[in-house]
Formats: sequence, C-alpha cells, structure tokens
Amino acid sequence: MRIDVNAFVGAYPYRRVPGTSPEALLAAMDRTGIDQAWVTHLPGVFWRDPTEGNAWLLELGARLPRLCPVPAIHPGLADWQATLRQAVDARVPAVRADPTWYGIDPAGAAMRALAGACGEAGMPLSLAVRFEDGRQRHPNDLAAELPAAAVRTLVRSDPRVRLLITHADRPFVEEVHFGSTPAEAARLWWDICWIWGPPEDHLQALLGTVGAARFVLGTGQPLRIPENAGAKLDLLECSAADRAAIEGGNADTLRAR
Amino acid sequence: MLIDVHAHFLHDRTPRADWQARNASRLRAGERVGITIHVASILGSWGLTSPTYFPSPSDLRYANDRLLGLQREHPTRIRGYVAVNPNYTDEALAEISRCLDAGMIGVKLAASRRADDPLLDPICGLATERGVPILHHIWQHRRREYAGQEASDARELGRLAARHPRARFLLAHIGGGGDWLHSLHDLRGLPNVWVDLSGSGVDGGMLEACLEAVGVERLLWGCDLTIETGWAKLRYLEHLLAPAELERVRWRNAAGVFPPGAFPTD
Repeated sequence: MRIDVNAFVGAYPYRRVPGTSPEALLAAMDRTGIDQAWVTHLPGVFWRDPTEGNAWLLELGARLPRLCPVPAIHPGLADWQATLRQAVDARVPAVRADPTWYGIDPAGAAMRALAGACGEAGMPLSLAVRFEDGRQRHPNDLAAELPAAAVRTLVRSDPRVRLLITHADRPFVEEVHFGSTPAEAARLWWDICWIWGPPEDHLQALLGTVGAARFVLGTGQPLRIPENAGAKLDLLECSAADRAAIEGGNADTLRAR
Repeated sequence: MLIDVHAHFLHDRTPRADWQARNASRLRAGERVGITIHVASILGSWGLTSPTYFPSPSDLRYANDRLLGLQREHPTRIRGYVAVNPNYTDEALAEISRCLDAGMIGVKLAASRRADDPLLDPICGLATERGVPILHHIWQHRRREYAGQEASDARELGRLAARHPRARFLLAHIGGGGDWLHSLHDLRGLPNVWVDLSGSGVDGGMLEACLEAVGVERLLWGCDLTIETGWAKLRYLEHLLAPAELERVRWRNAAGVFPPGAFPTD
C-alpha cells in the first residue's frame, strides 16, 4: 500500500494552487498510484485558531476513508489537551502543529508539553519545516522555517514522543539525526518530498547513512506535484523491501499505537 | 526523443571530490528517464579557484575544454554551452568562437553581470551571428542583491531580449528559486525568450501558469540539479498536454531553438 503522509486539502492563502479540493486530491492520488493520504486542512495552518478546521477534516475522513485526517493542535490555546483527546478518540494517524506559523516558540514550553502529551497518548506529532521554497514566498509570508534545533529539543523532551518531520532537506535530516542518540533518532520519521534525487543523490546517500526505516513517502501535494515523489523513488537504487517500507510500511509502523 | 536543455557536469578542478560519481549519476539517471541529449555547461571551477558565478577566464577555458572532452566522449548524449564571463569581453568573444567552432551549440551566461548591462551586447551579437541560443541564469523576481552572484531576473533579461530581437534566449530554471509567477508576467510579450522548465521547484500550478503565459511553443524541458523534478514535470505534463504538444516540450521546441544539426533528429 502506498501512503502519502504529507498532503493538504483547502486553499493556500499566498498563491493560487489548483487541485485543492478533496475530490481533486483523490484524482491526483489515483493518477500517481497513492492509496491513502494523511491530510492537513491547509487554510487552518494560517488561522488564529488552526483547530477550527479539524471538525471538517474529521468529517472528510469519515466520508472519504482514503483521506486520513491529521488534525491541528495549537498548544498555546487553553483547551489543547481536549483537542488531542478528540484526535486520539478519532484514531487519526497523527496530529500536527505549525508553531512558527502560530507565532509560538517551536521549542518552547508549550510545544514541549504538546510533544510530551503526544508521546504519552501514543500519537505521532507531525511538523513541517516549510511549505514553500523560501526564495519564492509571498512578501508578507514571514513565518520562520522550523529550526532543526527545535526538532532536537522536542525529540529529547519525552522518551515516548514520535515525530514525523515533513519538507526537510538532506542537511536538516543529517543535523537532527546525528545530533540525536540512536534511541532518539529511532523516534523520528522523515518524509522524502524535499530531499534531492540524482545527480546529487541526497536520498540515496541518506538511505545509506540514516537508514531506510526512517523515511516515508510524502508529496506535499497539491502545493507540490505528487509525481515528484514517485519519480524520486523510481530513480532510487534500493531493495524491494526498502522501497515498500518507504512507500507504506514505515508509515504503518509510525502510526501503530 | 527527450532533450534536457539545462544540465551541468563537474570536473577534476572543482571542490567536489565526488565529481566523477555525480557525472555518472546524471548519465545513469538520464538513461532511466530516457534523456536523449544533455545540453550542459560547466561554470568554471565551481568555486575552487574563482567564484561559481564570477569565474575567471582561465577557469572557464579549462571547464569548457572539459565539457568539449565529455562531448567527444559521449557524442550521442552530450552537447555543450560555452560558459563565459561578460566582464572579460575579449576573452568571452574569443572563447565563444573557439568553443562553437569545436562543436558547442549554445552560450551560457550565469550571474557575472546584470542581464541588461551593455557588456552583454557584443556577446548577444555574436550568438545571433552564429545562430546559437543563450541560456541565461535567472533569479525569479530578484528583490535584492544576493551574495555570490550578480543575479538577473526576467525583467532584466527582457530588456536584453528587446535589444536583440533576432537572438534566442532561454530563461533558466523557472523552478529554480524565486517568484516564477512574477517572471511569467514579464515574458508574455517577449517572443524570443523561451522558458526552461528545470529547477528543484515542483509547485502545483507552476506548469499551468507557464502554459498560460507563453504557450506550449515556448516551453523547453530541463532538469538542472535535480533530475527527479524534471521527470516529475514530464509525468505531470503527460496528463496536461496532447501527445503532439508534449513532443514539443520534450524536444521539438529545442530543435527549433538550437542550430540545425545540433541534435540527431535534425
């Protein structure tokens, strides 16, 4: 089964993006052979209360089972623990937080508390390094990218926390992976959407140094065309078992409670 | 037939100890994707003995020679752009003549001098006279100066293209960083500028915007530093375009931009 752990529904505020409806996402998944997508409510990332998109997202998941909701949690809001409990009850594959877009410290007390609570609940926490290339962002899109130091802090904050990091490039992955103990690094999963293929062969190199078990298929669609992840895998030299793990097996491991 | 209009190779006098592996990886991935011809350039020493975007004439001569060597080594797979630094006018003109005589098929200008600077005029004049296109490195919507390069954007290239209406320009890597939508607005009225689709950016909506801005007639397929993104764009275009239109992007447009005989199909 091919699982895209990094997909979005809903409009993006900074430019026109085609194919943001659930139906269009399903069509793109059919086109690229993706069976299941873990989806974020994209407009909510930029709302003062990003959790206001969660109800719609959960309804969507109930209506279209191939789309698995990844609800947002803002740990600066007073009732965030209740939002996490709802997500656990809904048996979602992961929850997400976008601290720099919320305007909170990505490694601060609130985020560490969220990481700890997710660890205790057995719920993976997804964090995006970026949504777009920094060189092309809208002049008023000024939120900082997620720092690698914040990921190191969060993975150390609780021995049970499991993090899914999306949109990270090779230097980011290496900095966090080799800046962590093996036990900490084993609780980190990386999506491949921002990692370069040949001729630089960054993904190929990372499979050799970090290991295939740490990587999951992610596209970033529809902000990015989903064909990219498939093309990257098709250019990779790896065993059938490693490819199957990246395409779906590792995501299954990540979400297992 | 598939022509990558924006490729690069490395050589022994660059900072990269893995240069042979990277060159081999490009060719190996190209075989997998089905790239017939890599049209490539080498930007001097890639920073070893002069800056990548401000290469010295001697570094350029060495790099262009290495590229000519690769072209001889892989005559069915590699073609060359002669890379020059416009700040050294005499050397640049001599190098263009030398390398075109030796079989290169285009000129590469990176970011040594702003695209609308008069120093580029003699280079464009020679390229026009020789019937070869100019691939110009572009920062899509340059909002400020960036360290390490005197980058140009589409508006600046547009001024140069307007001064040289018979010259053919390739706006480099529309997906290579910066606001591509801003560039596309500038290109609508510039019939002698083609859009090179290369770059690591694979933004949803970018290819549709390219088609809307310049039409399928002015799109050229390429990869630059990431072959998987080139392949992804090709796969996406397969569902966006009719087969005949896709053929134009894959190679027919390139065959019309480069001089006759540049590719095996001519």
